[in-house]
Amino acid sequence: MTSLEKHLRELRASGRKALVPYFVAGLTPDWITHVEAAVHAGADAVEIGIPFSDPMMDGVVIQEAALRALDAGTNLDSIASDLTALSVSVPLIAMTYFNIFHHYGVERAAGKLATSGITGAIVPDLPLEEGREWFDACARHDVATVLLVAPSTPPERVSAICEACRGFCYATARMAVTGRSTDAGEGAHVVERIRAASDIPVYIGIGITTPAQAHDACTTSDGVIVGSLLVKAILDGASASDVEQMVHQFRQAID
Amino acid sequence: MSAPGALGHFGEFGGRFVPEALMPACLELESAFIDAWGDPEFTAQYRTVLREFAGRPTPVTPLRRLSAQLGIELFAKREDLAHTGSHKINNVIGQTLLTKRMGKQRVIAETGAGQHGVATATACAQMGLECTVFMGEIDTERQALNVFRMELLGATVVPVTSGSRTLKDAVNEAMREWVTCVEDTHYCLGSVMGPHPFPWMVREMQSIIGHEALQQMDDLGASIPDFVVACVGGGSNAAGIFSGFANTSARLVGVEAAGGSAVGKGSPGVLHGMRSLLMQDEFGQIEEAYSISAGLDYPGIGPEHAHLADIGRAEYYAIGDDDVIGALEVLSLSEGIIPALETAHAVAWILKEAGREIPLGSRVLLNLSGRGDKDVAQVREILRGQQ
Repeated sequence: MTSLEKHLRELRASGRKALVPYFVAGLTPDWITHVEAAVHAGADAVEIGIPFSDPMMDGVVIQEAALRALDAGTNLDSIASDLTALSVSVPLIAMTYFNIFHHYGVERAAGKLATSGITGAIVPDLPLEEGREWFDACARHDVATVLLVAPSTPPERVSAICEACRGFCYATARMAVTGRSTDAGEGAHVVERIRAASDIPVYIGIGITTPAQAHDACTTSDGVIVGSLLVKAILDGASASDVEQMVHQFRQAID
Repeated sequence: MSAPGALGHFGEFGGRFVPEALMPACLELESAFIDAWGDPEFTAQYRTVLREFAGRPTPVTPLRRLSAQLGIELFAKREDLAHTGSHKINNVIGQTLLTKRMGKQRVIAETGAGQHGVATATACAQMGLECTVFMGEIDTERQALNVFRMELLGATVVPVTSGSRTLKDAVNEAMREWVTCVEDTHYCLGSVMGPHPFPWMVREMQSIIGHEALQQMDDLGASIPDFVVACVGGGSNAAGIFSGFANTSARLVGVEAAGGSAVGKGSPGVLHGMRSLLMQDEFGQIEEAYSISAGLDYPGIGPEHAHLADIGRAEYYAIGDDDVIGALEVLSLSEGIIPALETAHAVAWILKEAGREIPLGSRVLLNLSGRGDKDVAQVREILRGQQ
């Protein structure tokens, strides 16, 4: 079992719901302080978004943040270098599009993540059928390959996805890109289908924008991922202490 | 050209790199396409609509004056004479018929120059489908008349303001939209790109160009050409005409825009649901393409073209903006045909290489993929600027 999955299973066994905030690496020069603030406020793991020029799964907020980070010269190497300044005790999970790792070389990229202290990776445009090489490379470096299940995923695919999935399973609450929240979504149904196939921890993401939604999501899931809301605040100039406050509200809501 | 492997691979290219939310839709589309394309009733209907509505078959025209000037035997397959002024209608008729067969009511599409958007809006109007077209904001400005055409045809045009605001961003936005409405909406992709089954399906729906041309060349007593030349952005018109000649001795030549040269300057990468050749920087960020023609302003190429280049069955060359206007003028003056700026790249390559890469006396078939009416305002501006 990967270190990440072992850790997240222990977290679940302790009765604590996981709060996983998402940040775009390199969005501001002090982005590392946002990560630290989130952990201080009770984050159990942090998603590190590696910016890509063509983020197909992301809405306008993360698109803009990615472009801003790229304009500032952010890349896999600069992120790894920034992360040496980070000292937090929670797992870090990379989230990006496959071309970043493909171009870097999958073996080299998995190794780079591992040496940077990243123990999981989410690659939303890499489905089960195309992922074998990446999954194998990650397994060699103890990087957990987190896979997504969507409301449209049929039950037989859910089983196959869960078999290849490591760390936790990402239940997307709605058929939408990131940052477009309208209603409670279908997260509970997706979680139910994953539970029927596997006992891997399940976190809900895509469209969790209020502490109340996070609370509701955690009645079925083992945790939540909060992304666009925080990224939007940072785009609008939020400081580390603003971030800490926001994450703290989510922490209170799900405890 | 044959069908791809089960997962949509052409050699090491192709595949299906899409978010899980879109996987079921891609799988559904694949089986719907296989079912329809194997159904004689469906293909008969497709051919009937192309004949009755789109003006097929398009002729092959011997370009006699230009042939004499260049010392070669030049023919043009006249896709500019198809309804809406380009080959795009072939694919769109096929996909909208398929949309209806799948029981979906709405179509979304991306467009660069506007040719695919206009063709999609046209087919949707004819078949009573709702239509939304995503178009980069820069392209809506340089092809404003095509925006109005689409609106006249009842389509909603959504200007895309993200990224480079051109074709690649229009594809991103169409994919994002598709995730939200995949139940009742078909994404009518306009080229031989994107996730499986699109590269294969669009090539099949464009292969009528090559099959007609093969027969027509024979009817003209011209038999197999030495060269088959087509412009390439994503590569649908080239894939269509190559289909008729892949099993012959003809050399297959794709002509890219120098500023969007995925074969010339690209390396393997993953974008828009496919593994193909892409223009990208050292960290895998996709580079912006720059071309005088909005339709070739794309940093990638269809995966089957990447494969044909890889195995050496087709050759790809790049033509810069500077040569394109001259080629458009030459074809207009010597043959009475104003080509689209995209097509003018293929013309420019022939003008440049006749007597060099193309030996004198060679028989050359040009795919005249589109007419230049949409570009005349832009060409006028450029020519005025040169005076």
